[in-house]
Amino acid sequence: MARFLLTRLGQALVTLALLTVLIFVLARLTGDPTPLVLPSEATEADRAFFRQQYGLDRPVHEQYVVFLRNVLRGDFGISFRYREPAFDLVLAAIGPTLQLAGVSMLVAILLGLPLGIAAALRPGSWLAATVRGYASLGQAMPTFWTGLMLIFVFAISIPVLPSSGYGTAANFVLPAVTLGFYASASVTMLTWANMTEALRSDFVQMERVLGIPRRLIVLKHALRNASLPIVTYLGLQFGLLLGGAVVTERVFAWPGVGQMLVDAILNRDYPVVQAAVMLTAVLVMTINLVVDLLYAVLDPRVSRS
Amino acid sequence: MSAAAGERPGDAGGLFGGRIRAGAGRPPLFATAICLLLVVAALGGGAIAPYVPDEADFTAILAPPAWVEGGSLAHPLGTDQLGRDMLSRLIAGARISLLTAGAAVLAGGTVGVALGLAAGYLGGVVEAVVMRVVDAFLALPFILMALAFVAALGTGIGNIILVMMLTNWARYARLVRSEVVSIKKRDFVLLARVAGLRPLPIALRHILPNALTSILVLGVLDVGRAIILESSLSFLGLGIQPPDVSWGLALAEGRTYMTVAWWLTVWPGLAIVLAVMSFNALGEWLKAGFDPRGRL
Amino acid sequence: MPHGEPLLAIRGLNVEFGLPARPVRAVADADLTLAPGEILGIAGESGSGKTTLCAAVMRTLPRTARVSGRVEFAGKELLSLPEREMARLRGRDLAMVLQNPMTSLDPLYTIGNQLEEVLRERRRGGGAGRLGSAVEVLRRVHLTAPELRLRQYPHQLSGGMRQRVLVGMATAAAPRLLIADEPTTALDASIQDEILILFRELRESAGTAVVIVTHDLSAIRRLSDRVVIMYAGRIVEEGPTVEVFRAPRHPYTQALLASLPRIEEEEVVLQPIPGQVPDLARLPPGCAFAARCPAAIPLCREERPRERTVGERHRVFCWRAGEGAA
Repeated sequence: MARFLLTRLGQALVTLALLTVLIFVLARLTGDPTPLVLPSEATEADRAFFRQQYGLDRPVHEQYVVFLRNVLRGDFGISFRYREPAFDLVLAAIGPTLQLAGVSMLVAILLGLPLGIAAALRPGSWLAATVRGYASLGQAMPTFWTGLMLIFVFAISIPVLPSSGYGTAANFVLPAVTLGFYASASVTMLTWANMTEALRSDFVQMERVLGIPRRLIVLKHALRNASLPIVTYLGLQFGLLLGGAVVTERVFAWPGVGQMLVDAILNRDYPVVQAAVMLTAVLVMTINLVVDLLYAVLDPRVSRS
Repeated sequence: MSAAAGERPGDAGGLFGGRIRAGAGRPPLFATAICLLLVVAALGGGAIAPYVPDEADFTAILAPPAWVEGGSLAHPLGTDQLGRDMLSRLIAGARISLLTAGAAVLAGGTVGVALGLAAGYLGGVVEAVVMRVVDAFLALPFILMALAFVAALGTGIGNIILVMMLTNWARYARLVRSEVVSIKKRDFVLLARVAGLRPLPIALRHILPNALTSILVLGVLDVGRAIILESSLSFLGLGIQPPDVSWGLALAEGRTYMTVAWWLTVWPGLAIVLAVMSFNALGEWLKAGFDPRGRL
Repeated sequence: MPHGEPLLAIRGLNVEFGLPARPVRAVADADLTLAPGEILGIAGESGSGKTTLCAAVMRTLPRTARVSGRVEFAGKELLSLPEREMARLRGRDLAMVLQNPMTSLDPLYTIGNQLEEVLRERRRGGGAGRLGSAVEVLRRVHLTAPELRLRQYPHQLSGGMRQRVLVGMATAAAPRLLIADEPTTALDASIQDEILILFRELRESAGTAVVIVTHDLSAIRRLSDRVVIMYAGRIVEEGPTVEVFRAPRHPYTQALLASLPRIEEEEVVLQPIPGQVPDLARLPPGCAFAARCPAAIPLCREERPRERTVGERHRVFCWRAGEGAA
């Protein structure tokens, strides 16, 4: 088990290292940031000094080493726009994003799990058909449109909820439902598929001929077996939610990393872009590692062998 | 012991009812029709559209749809803030959305299939390197990955296709590699090897055709994902740029007028939902037929 | 072994799947009785309907199955019993062990947890006097180190050990009938005998009747008092095991017995039955075996053979059985 986790950790580190290369390459692709940072009246000497100071005159591989060293220290440079360390800016925005993703996840689970279980218990019924329709719709509705339609109904037509902002519980409702609905589609389908498989398994048949009550079979045995892949998936889903949050934050003016990232791209504030992408990447991969750990704890075949 | 019809109740259906779906089931006719309609709109958009999509008409600004009071049949779905015909803009948007999605899927598919073939067939260092890169590309949520590329490459149709290709190739590479690894062990490939065929001809002639159905299914499912990605980027102002028309872009522009003209945000959104649902339904149907074991 | 009142009596049982217009009859016109404490073997190839027959008795067929006929168990008609009462019978008076011991235990709970769950269920319904503790249950099925096993997970046990656990669970409340579906197929040859002995002990100690369903005729020969041979959803021959094995009357039974591996001059000889199992959706009007039968006459293809008694409790469905030529 320790070995399994070490392997996963090793894989994650390799992936992370590759991501730093990718981000570095992308940063170089954007070209020379000098004209973006220095005022247009700067002299050629000023520009040369700037390039030297940021190591832009050194060979590429040396630049990467410097970049990597800085990244490890959490130093992504100063935001061109806000004149503050990019990492600190992003770190301040990660809280709202995590909150939004967390609450949305809860919404997704509360919607997706019961729907998936219900559909698995009644294959071929109108209920199952409805659940299938719900999931197809959820997968096809882009979050920005769901968000706008919710704003249209609940903030404009019947003004009961705030359409934007951050701070109160009411602010959470529309963004979390928007993002949670989107995520609930795949949670539903996954729960359905795994629950169906679990209900068909030999041990469920055996429990049935042993006269174990259906309630116990479904909730204690089938659901727990189905939940193993679901837990893994929820981890991946959380990463997707962080991605989805970018768009949702934009719709609801939510002060999170996504909003900051989009602003930074629009304003060519590359230090912030790099810090936001890198921090989210680390976050996503940490969550995946935690999920692996959780899986090992939940499955005795992994933890007891 | 093989399971004949009705021999094993465990196989014949679920414990608490029958089986969910025996195979591919009925083809999704409605979805297929929508997909075809969209393709027609994309290819021959200009000929069908009643107006030039970016032609402003200041005498008909924010005209509502025909069946709403104040609307007229001249603009069945209404007009936008510059008096441009919504129906024509939707058709033009279909063209951009579908072409970018299609191009991105084709390009990403080609790159991914090539790398996946190489990784699976050659193995060793090539495989290790390619698969680690694949992992890195799949580690981030695709929209975040796309934003990172947009930051570096910029916006506009060409760049967006490139960005979408960069975010989707890894899935094809992973799929094709796993297909190749399993096909490689089958008899006819071993025979071709024994017969002295070289790696490339074997890969192209024997392995690729066997993996083709899975690639096709993934491709169709990917069109929906690509449409969502493109419209999301365009909505954020980081995708298709005016004067080009895209559903996501139209939504972003119409958002300002949501309180007075709902049709500016409702139609493009519905178009996206309908398109994505149709391609997904088609893909799911193909998947049920070609991939009953659900490996995709 | 005539015992007066039968424990199980199946009358005219039919199980159909598929569209009503083109039904697939997995079990057709099955008649069968079982005396208390009797051990019956049901043999046949895959698709002969033997497992479906058992599932019909246990009422665990999928909803899509259409079942008709009567299944009387200890005086109760099972097919019309409300599901609630049926559930009370399952595992208590009427127990079953399914085909695959490797996957028939929940991988996520310990043996002890799952066994306790079964015992708790039995206690709820009364009759707790006969119930032992979990350790006693495992000891009764001769599982080594039972205390340790209770703390272990299924994946830590071998297939034979898991089968013992399952038999223990199924028979914890000393059921009157145990149905075992291919109980030895997934196990090593060395363990098969021990599992079969377990069934015999169960009969001796608790008077449990056993139905063993298998395509392994040697298991039936060693264990059962009586044997039923099924082909394409129908019973084709039934009789005392000794008599059927000594003098099989149906050509299919003869072919089956001939296909048993025999050791002749230190060489295992396996004689396959020529031809294929027929498609249940397209059965011929006559005898389903006629196409593969070496003794078939035109009548066999036209009309379904009627039951014929050929000895003490020995019956066969074959036009040619009475002629002594078959």
